[in-house]
Formats: sequence, C-alpha cells, structure tokens
Amino acid sequence: MMQTFKIFRFNPDEDKKPYHKSYQVDVPEGMTILDVLNEIKWKQDGSLTFRRSCRHGICGSCAMTINGLNKLACETQVKSLGGGTVEVEPLRHFPVIKDLAVDMDDFYKKYEAVKPYFIAGTPPTDKERTQSIEERKKIDGSYECTLCGACTSSCPSYWANPNFLGPAALLKAYRFVFDSRDEGLEERLPILNSRYGLWRCHTIFNCTICPKSLNPTWAIGELKKKVMSEKY
Amino acid sequence: MVHEHDVVIVGGGIAGLYAALESSRSVDTAVLSKVFPTRSHSISAQGGTAAPLGNMEEDDWEWHLYDTVRGADYLGDQDAQEILVREAGEVAFELEHMGCPFSRTEEGKIAQREFGGHYSNFGKGPIRRACYAADRTGHAMLHTLYEQCVKNDVRFYSEFFVLTLLVEKNVCSGVVAWDMQSGGLHIFHAKTVMFGTGGYARAWKVNTNALSNTGDGMSVVLQAGLPLEDMEFVQFHPTGLYPSGVLVTEGARGEGGYLVNNEGKRFMEKYAPAKMELSPRDVVSRSIQREINEGRGIGGKGFVHLDLRHLGRQAIMEKLPQIHELILKFSGIDAVTDFVPILPTSHYAMGGIPTNNDGQVVMDPKSTPVAGFYAAGECACVSLHGANRLGCNSTMDCAVFGRRTGRAMVRHINSGAEKARLPKDALDKAKSKLECVLTAKGKESPAAIRDELQATMMVNCGIFRDEKSLKEQLKVIKSLQEQYKWIEVGYKGQRFNTELLDAIELGNMLDFVETIVVGGLARTESRGAHSRTDFPKRDDANWMKHTLAWKTEAGVRLDYKPVVITRFQPEERKF
Repeated sequence: MMQTFKIFRFNPDEDKKPYHKSYQVDVPEGMTILDVLNEIKWKQDGSLTFRRSCRHGICGSCAMTINGLNKLACETQVKSLGGGTVEVEPLRHFPVIKDLAVDMDDFYKKYEAVKPYFIAGTPPTDKERTQSIEERKKIDGSYECTLCGACTSSCPSYWANPNFLGPAALLKAYRFVFDSRDEGLEERLPILNSRYGLWRCHTIFNCTICPKSLNPTWAIGELKKKVMSEKY
Repeated sequence: MVHEHDVVIVGGGIAGLYAALESSRSVDTAVLSKVFPTRSHSISAQGGTAAPLGNMEEDDWEWHLYDTVRGADYLGDQDAQEILVREAGEVAFELEHMGCPFSRTEEGKIAQREFGGHYSNFGKGPIRRACYAADRTGHAMLHTLYEQCVKNDVRFYSEFFVLTLLVEKNVCSGVVAWDMQSGGLHIFHAKTVMFGTGGYARAWKVNTNALSNTGDGMSVVLQAGLPLEDMEFVQFHPTGLYPSGVLVTEGARGEGGYLVNNEGKRFMEKYAPAKMELSPRDVVSRSIQREINEGRGIGGKGFVHLDLRHLGRQAIMEKLPQIHELILKFSGIDAVTDFVPILPTSHYAMGGIPTNNDGQVVMDPKSTPVAGFYAAGECACVSLHGANRLGCNSTMDCAVFGRRTGRAMVRHINSGAEKARLPKDALDKAKSKLECVLTAKGKESPAAIRDELQATMMVNCGIFRDEKSLKEQLKVIKSLQEQYKWIEVGYKGQRFNTELLDAIELGNMLDFVETIVVGGLARTESRGAHSRTDFPKRDDANWMKHTLAWKTEAGVRLDYKPVVITRFQPEERKF
C-alpha cells in the first residue's frame, strides 16, 4: 500500500529554513520506519541524511520523532502507526546538523558529567567481585540504556534549562549509584545534588518514552531519596 | 589538517576500546570511528562471552582449547588459540572489575550458560562456559569499556571515516580520514595505527550485521597493497529471524531451545545426534539449509522453527528478554507461546587482516610484520577461528586480543619507536577516492549494484558453494566493479553526506568480496564454514594451510602459509 511520509529536511549550508518534503513509499507487511528511510534514500532521494546502524534496536543511532513521539526508527513498524501520513522529524531540542541527524555533543557532555564509569576504592581480588542476584537486579532497568537520546530530547525541564543534566545522564548515574560494587557515591553526590542536577526534574514522566521501556523518572526519584538520606 | 597522536585506533568496538584503554594508561591515544563508539556492532553481541571460569561446573582451559581447535576445523593456529583460552578468564574478571554488569549465580559469581560447540572434558557433554549479562552481553561489555575510556580521557573522533592507510616500505605512519559531519580530510600521524574495524556481512542479503558493517578496514588494507587471510571462511549464524536475518542468539538454544522442521521433527537428530542444536554453527547452519533445500522448511518456505515455548515465560523473560522483545517487535510473535521462524544468516568473518599473536599485522607467508600497524577483533585473522568460529569466542577474541594489541603498541612506543615520516602525497589517494565518486557521471545506481551484490552472494557464495557458482559470482563481481565506475551521487555537498558514504562503502565491498570468491574457488575442499558441494571432504593433505589474498591490477593473487599445530592433530569432526 502506498503511504505518504512527510520528512523534515534542513541543510544549513543551502536552506534558509527547515521544510518538510513528502515522499510516497509502498509499504509491505513488516516494513519499519528505517526501511522507509532507506527506501527513500536509496531509490528516491540520496541527499536525505539520518543515522542508523544495527537496525534492531540496540545501538541507539536512529532515535527520531515519529508522528510526534520519540522512537527508534529501526524498530517502529509502519503498521503500528495506524495508517495515514507519517511525519518524521529529528529529535527535538538538539541542533540539527542535517535533516534527521542532530548534534548530540551536549547530550554526551551531560553523560560525561555524572562520571559515567565504575568507581571502586577497594582493590579487586584475582576473581570477580561477588554480587547477589538481588543486588544485580537493582541495576536492571538502567544498564540497558543505549544513549539514543530519546528521553533527554523529550524532557520539558531540559527544554526549559539546557544546563539540566537530563534523564539519560541521571539514569546512568543511577546505574552506578545503585550498583552494589560501586564506591563512587561521594564523588557523584555533589554533581547530582548540584543546581542543574536531580532537583531540576519535575517528575513530568515524558522521558518514559524510552524505546527500551526504561523509566528514568522513577530512577531519578530513587536518586533523590538516596541524596536525601545520605545528605540531610 | 594533521593530527598527531602516539596511538591511533580505527574502530570503537570491543577490540578497539580495550586496546585504547590499555594504551591510554601510558601513551596519547585517539580512537576514530565512523559511528559514535557505543553504536559499534559489538553492541549487538547477545548471548555471552566465553571463558572457562568453572562457575557453574568444572571447566578447564584445555577443554576450551580443544573445542576451539575442533570448532575451527583445525585451521586455527593453536598457539593463538591457546592464548585466547588461557587469558579469557583473567579478562572476564578484569571486565567485571571495571563494572561490567554480568548476570550472577546464586553464590554471586559471574553466571554462565551453555553455547554451541562448547563441551566438557574434550568434547563430552555441553558445558556452561558463556559468561553473560542477560542477552545483552555485547552491550554490557562495550558500554563498560567506553565508560572506562571516558574515565581515561581517550580522545575520540566520532563519525570520522578512514579512507586510506599510509604505508611505505612496510612502515605505517598513519591514516587519512574523512570528517563525515563537515566534510574535510584529516591526516592522523601516529607511532602506531590499529584497526578494529569489524566485519563485512552486509555483502549478503540476509545477514545479522549493522548497516555499517561493510568491511571497510579490510578493503583499505587491500587497497594499501597488503593481503587478507582466509577470506573464504564466512560464518552463517543458524538462527536469524525470518526474513531479515536479524540475530536470535545462540543462547536461545543454549537455554534449551529446539529447532524443528515442517514435520515438527527436531531434525538435528539426523545430522548431529549427540550434540543436536548445540553443535558448532557451521554444522547447524548447513543442517537447517539442507532441510529448507529439501522442502522441509515451514510451509515449504525458506525457514524452520525455533521452539522456546517449553522454557516457560519466566526463564524467557529473565534470560532472553531482549530476544523476546526483538521477536515481538519485528515479527509480532510472542516466543513464550509461539514458534519463531528462523533461517541461517550471514554473520561473521573468520578471515581478515593477518596478524601475529601481538596483533601486529603481517604481510607475507613468512609473517613479516608491517612496522607500526596492528589489528584485532573481527577485522583481524590471528588465526583463532580458523574455518569456523565458536559462539562466544568473538567478543572474547576482541577483548583478549584488543588488550594484547594495546599492550604491544605501548611496548613498541616505549622501546623508542618514532613516528615514520608521512608520505609526500599523503592526502592524494584519499582525495581521489572521494573525488572519483563525487565527479563520476553515469546512470548506475549504487543501491541497485549493492542489491545485486547482496542477492548474488547469497546464491553463489553462501552456505553451499561449488566451482560453477563461484565462477559465476566472480563474473558478477567483475561486472559490478565495472558498473561502479558509472555511478552518480546526487548530493555533492560537504555536510554529513551519507550518500557519498554509502557509495564509498559499496566500493569497499566490491573489493573484499573478490578475495572471498577467489579464495573459495581455489580451495577445493570443504572445511568448517566453506562447504564445496563438489569437494565435500576436508583435504588435510593439500589444504591444511591459510590463504593469503592480494588485490592486484590483474585480479586477486593467492599465496599460502602453514597452520600452527601444537597440541591437537586433525581428526574427523563428529557432533
């Protein structure tokens, strides 16, 4: 069935302002938005730029706004969008480099700001550190993050104040703070408790748009409790 | 622009980042990658990484070695394989010490599961050797390594695409890369260059690989006049989701999944009565393909069923959550209650850039090293995997040999190595590579050429091959190479020109595929993943040797080098 796809286009070198361009694509059963974009790029208009890699929802390259919601193009079935014209736009609030590819430097800087790495004071043994199944379960729902940017791009607090660390970086902080093996809490606490840290989250839950069904709002809530109990 | 670094690593997957982590502890290290590092294809590894930790039951590195040697159908170099299995445990623990979120046993140790080709006590029963983080093991390893690289202040150049390797008189001085976002060419001048550029399975229509896995590193090496090793050995993973070929982890069978045909029979009984679904991948893929070819695919179509239903909801959701989600999102099938349609899918390059056991690239049958040039991971051929890789040995290969290569580069630099002088015409080749594509004026469509390449590689150079199909494929490739000269790229701009990227990647694919086909045509035997229907037997008398393939004006030139055998003499493989 032929369907119309309205795609956001912008090449700052050539265009005065962004515009939408419509493409017609024949959509068989099982076709994803990434398949549609590839079809357009390979058969109709090679100038269309977007990021993609693994094409099965794990590398996090192809987050974009599809009919107004942030999703991974590669795992979004066209059929799931319920027919009609489909609108595809870049992730909001990140500067557009070209078309659907956005500049994520600020997003990565926020990630780096929370010390997104395992910190251990105690030297390891010659085997693994032990961790119980229950302790390990505590970081389920956080370590799976793919850094796709869908959550931070959808966060009104981040729109309001771009200095806010944002949900992705805070979820990463959660992944280490609640890892029973990590000993970096003292180093991370001032960052989380800072002016642009946890408290800028107003529990709006937009970030639960996460394509991996993670819940940064909940994780931030847990971090807030942790900071309160440690600090005050 | 010229960038100066001690170490320049191309590729931000597990091999590249492990090396970067090692070298960045003492020397200035930069990583170039055509994608942001955590988008590298290592992220897609699912089921586990192999190490004989013995956390679930007794295990021994010698058993792991035996399995690896036999899995490789005796074409692997046993000295290199021994390094892999002896260092695997230490590396698994080191990853854990860096925070890698492995799943856990009741005692709180790293959890391990069964995988194809891994057995106890020299080939007896299945063994739990695959260390896992649910079914996101590659994700867990790659993010852990990236995190530690951030901690170590490794310099990253993301979305830089390497066009040429600078080598003169067997000495490497750097690479030239294209800045994809803004379009400029950059020279990276280094004391050592390492490639961890990954695999090439995008050259087949049905494959598990990321769209970026176009074998660029391998082709850049060929274009620099250096050889590739054992390219004819291409692994088809038994279980790709039908029809796209997206990976369904071997861990699904490791956890107890069955393969059944249209008669509802577990057909592996016929082909590998002892090890069944947990036989090595070459054996299982061939068996599935035979069932399909002989009309026992489901509804006579090109797939069979993977049955996970008996595992139960809880086990599936705990141990295979990503797979469950993936099958649901891509096929609309709930693996808890329904069969999963699967087919063999192009997956992994056993061959690649020849290296010695320290990751140093070697350039001839005598294994003469290229000074300052290293490689590790899927793009490299040490050779660990010989004619067929065991599941879980690839991520561990990347980790063990990434680490070794990082250390070797540091040793090389600390022994006083200086940067070799850049060639006078350092930029020329890269410039003409871009300009050739940008100025070409013709009617050929790069996408159509790629489609034809992928479709014909499936038919003529897939799981089964023979002289006729390989000769046919060589003709097809020659013709596509000719057509490639007449492509035209519509968008000529500098800014994030992924149309140009696609076209250069296609050019790279058309280079390395020729070595696969020519190497496969010459090798008149069946060994591991190379199944010649016209030569169905392994021929140790004539073919117990590694292929080396160079690209020359006249076509691909072949030579051979011996296989290192230390402990285990070749014997017949039965599973």
